[in-house]
Amino acid sequence: MSRSVVLVDAVRTPFGKAGGIYAATRADDLMVRAIRGLLERNPKVDPSAIEDVAIAAATQTGDQGMNIGRSAALLSGLPNTVPGYSIDRWCAGALTAVTTIAGAIAMGTNEIAIAGGVEHMGNHPIGEGLDPNPRYLAERIVEQDALAMGATAERLHDRFPHLTRERTDRYAMNSQLKTVKAYSQGKIQRDLIPMAARSVEFGWAVATADEAPRPQTTMEGLAGLKTPFRPSGRVTPGNSSGLNDGATAALLASQDKALELGLTIKAKMLTYAFAGVEPEIMGYGPVPSTLKALKQAGLTIEDIGAFEINEAFAVQVLAFLDHFAIADDDPRVNPYGGAIAVGHPLASSGIRLILNLARTFEAQPDVQYGITTMCVGLGMGGTIIWENPHFKKS
Amino acid sequence: MATQIKLPEGAPEEVITNALVRDVDLTAFGGQGSISLITLDNGQDHNRPNTFGPASLQSLDTAITDAIARKPAAIAITGKPFIFAAGADLSALSFIQERTQSLAIGKLGHDVFRRLNECGIPTFAFINGLALGGGLEVGLHCNYRTLASTAFTALPEVFLGLVPGWGGSTILPKLIGPERAVQVIMLNALSNNTMMKASDALKLGIADAVFEPADFIERSIAFAVSILSGAKKIERKDYSNDPAWESALATGKAAALKKFGGAQIPAPTKALELIASAQTNTLSQGFDAEDQVLADLMMSDSLRASLYAFNLIQKKRKKVEGAPKPALARKVTKVGVVGAGLMASQLALLLLKSLKCPVVMSDIDQERADKGVAWVKNELVKAAQKQRMSAESAQRLGLLISGSADNSVFAGCDFIIEAIFEELSLKQELFKKLEAIVSPECVLATNTSSLSVEKMSQGLKNPERVVGFHFFNPVAVMPLLEVARTSTTDDATTATAIAVGKELKKVMIICKDAPGFVVNRLLTRFMGEITDAVDEGTPPAVADSAMNSIGFPMSPFQLLDLVGPGVGLHVAKTLHTNLGPRYRISPTMEAMVEKGIRTFYLKNEDGTVVANPAALALIGQAGSPSTQEQVRTRALTALAIEARMMLDEGVIATAAEIDLCMLMGAGWPMHLGGILPYLDREGISDSVCASRFHPAGVASLP
Repeated sequence: MSRSVVLVDAVRTPFGKAGGIYAATRADDLMVRAIRGLLERNPKVDPSAIEDVAIAAATQTGDQGMNIGRSAALLSGLPNTVPGYSIDRWCAGALTAVTTIAGAIAMGTNEIAIAGGVEHMGNHPIGEGLDPNPRYLAERIVEQDALAMGATAERLHDRFPHLTRERTDRYAMNSQLKTVKAYSQGKIQRDLIPMAARSVEFGWAVATADEAPRPQTTMEGLAGLKTPFRPSGRVTPGNSSGLNDGATAALLASQDKALELGLTIKAKMLTYAFAGVEPEIMGYGPVPSTLKALKQAGLTIEDIGAFEINEAFAVQVLAFLDHFAIADDDPRVNPYGGAIAVGHPLASSGIRLILNLARTFEAQPDVQYGITTMCVGLGMGGTIIWENPHFKKS
Repeated sequence: MATQIKLPEGAPEEVITNALVRDVDLTAFGGQGSISLITLDNGQDHNRPNTFGPASLQSLDTAITDAIARKPAAIAITGKPFIFAAGADLSALSFIQERTQSLAIGKLGHDVFRRLNECGIPTFAFINGLALGGGLEVGLHCNYRTLASTAFTALPEVFLGLVPGWGGSTILPKLIGPERAVQVIMLNALSNNTMMKASDALKLGIADAVFEPADFIERSIAFAVSILSGAKKIERKDYSNDPAWESALATGKAAALKKFGGAQIPAPTKALELIASAQTNTLSQGFDAEDQVLADLMMSDSLRASLYAFNLIQKKRKKVEGAPKPALARKVTKVGVVGAGLMASQLALLLLKSLKCPVVMSDIDQERADKGVAWVKNELVKAAQKQRMSAESAQRLGLLISGSADNSVFAGCDFIIEAIFEELSLKQELFKKLEAIVSPECVLATNTSSLSVEKMSQGLKNPERVVGFHFFNPVAVMPLLEVARTSTTDDATTATAIAVGKELKKVMIICKDAPGFVVNRLLTRFMGEITDAVDEGTPPAVADSAMNSIGFPMSPFQLLDLVGPGVGLHVAKTLHTNLGPRYRISPTMEAMVEKGIRTFYLKNEDGTVVANPAALALIGQAGSPSTQEQVRTRALTALAIEARMMLDEGVIATAAEIDLCMLMGAGWPMHLGGILPYLDREGISDSVCASRFHPAGVASLP
């Protein structure tokens, strides 16, 4: 890269369950709150100095439409001189907003900008308004399974029979337990922006924690869950992420600008890559994207000291770990738990991974490199490799 | 717990504002414990604001009990999107039969609201949107208030003939001092019910902090945390020894006297008494006094008339009685104004600003037309300078106004209004000329105040497109528009006129084309009795002060000065000719016009007013003076007779519309209900017309 890109800060709203605390809250209001919370935390940044606002959403209609990037910028009270645009790469939306902004900074066309993502899956149920071209199936471009995410997860089990239901359930339970622990230590709340949410029935609530975690999860409980995507399948609501509402926002800058303004530097972007795989096993996407990113960075998997991988499905995480011969319960992976516990409001999740990784960097100066990675519907993966600015050789 | 009370019989079912309690964890805000957050929400959108009737108060009472039981670090109260609360539910008040009922409703409000100050837990009002009257008073009982930067607040009670009676009259003077309390309770309310912007409320000390609406609740909670932790302190001043009490009360008194032409009206008088007591009383004493005042006012005819007037205005603003279907209205994309004098120019400006379409003016020569256009353009520039309009809008509108001496510029107009000299033959000639230029559908409207619209339309090829469209001076300010139909005016024309009036944001009535329409007919009849009395030998000071106790905004001669003796005399003559000799032509007024004496009163340099000696000199020596009481009775009698005649002749369909006209077109006060409720309650309607205009209970006590 021609110029170094750094993460100044990242925040998110607490994630809600679809139909839950944000049932009467608009998606754009969630996004606005995240942006305002981000700016409030970074008073050294003059809002008029923000050069662009890239906001991702997987369904860009209604309260996630109207060019959500520009719209969120205006509604956030940013000066109207600040432009904005919308991003869509389904689940990797926020991740792509970050890489796209980073590209502009690296090229020297921006110095400081906001990337974000939002998904209100209560207002926009997954698959809303989709109209797959009949050619997909008629010409066998993909199989039917490729169009239903749960089915792609089952296909990963088919492909890798040693990734058993028992292993995915255990992974899922650990995700819940890690989240419980992180909450009890106050490690998640640090980056949550409290969000007021109206309910005509119950009055205003203020969300201060994720709504989805199920701290009481047990192996027995998980084992008893049904497999909605296939009779006698392996993928259950317990070892998958749920349907959620939430928004995330990140402030990115050139390293020079961050130093000039005296801003925090929480992570430094080394490189990123996106890659495609067979759409029927979309969950495998992080493998090729990570391989590509590692190659670009001149690193190997052994150089990576911290992993934040999105938990769309436990099996998809295990497929990744399995490929790189990393243990299912490796402490370097998702130390604060993941999407199975806190939820996965599609296009917002990428930045949740990034803010968690930044916290790991802060806590572990012995870690030099970390990655954030996630799978994407229709067969893709995305990976960003970050360098720890706090790194000290021991 | 407060005592439960019921709605009075006949009252519409209460739209209940539910008070809902939820806890907010303060640790996320760096605080400890939780806030019990009470939400006021009636479940409807912002077009139906939260209000407080008995069941709503009960719900809040229960919520406060619930909140206290949760042992929170603080209790806060907020509203639904865009609305905090718009005050007491007025719809039930008109149905109250007994003083005990009014006393109970006042007391219930106090009993519930005061718990917010007395519960021993810090309380906050997060005023997220509109807060009026009782809505703002709930907040005043809380220990602290945050306000959304876009929220408007007011205590409009005095405007409505009430007093802030759920704590406002007592708490506000203690909280922000006498001067500012008088400003809010008296001056704002009396000045067309002016609402406060958030920045005003902050400066006045009503709000402790203002936050943007986007994350208002979150920031308000953060504010509460900083108060609870002691990081932030709000200083409260003790105003009991403030030197300004006397002067503030005098200011309030003067404002009320000015507003009502020197009359002592109950609501402002009582409000001032309550404010005065707040210097030394306890809150409890103040609340008790408020209860008594509120009960007295609620059991008065003048409040019932006010409520009637208020509801009438709200209703008729939305729906014009007897209007044809709006779908019949034709599109108006170009407007003509004939005449370029001051009135015509004001009309052109108003039409231009509201319709934002090309407006052409004409006058007898180019120079006059240019002058009118220049005046309009200058007004646009001034509006932009005062930031009442964007520079862009001013530019846009400036390009849409033009003037000419040639009537051919009216080609293509959809709506033309004439405001030329009040001379029937001139207007008839004008409409004939215009008919040759414009389409057969183009509406020809006249702003005549007393000439026959029917006669103007006679002889035209398309008389059905002629309509009376009568404004009141100043046209941009006075809310009434009289739309007069001739015997041939068709529905499409009327609908188009109404549609234009709606764009101008006017309150409208539809009347038959009859001399003087409604307002001028009544005002001229009324004025005639006063001038008659003077011409008969009543000292002018006696005649002109005869109505003072009623509370009109100005005396008859002040009104005459405003209208101008020339116009007044012209209207009187027209009505005399067309309606008969009961409309008299005053020799004194004729003499004033002849001598060019423009006003009856003169203003001294120090602002005091004296009778113009030149005008006094013109009054003849006649020998049958009347007393004030006699003048008053004959003037009111004349009003009753004339109003009854207008209804009998079908000039106007309902008594309520006559009241609407006097409220909106003459600025007659709400506590008279316009005028007819007052004539009813004084027994004048009964004695003159052998019947009331309104059944008992409609605009009076039952």
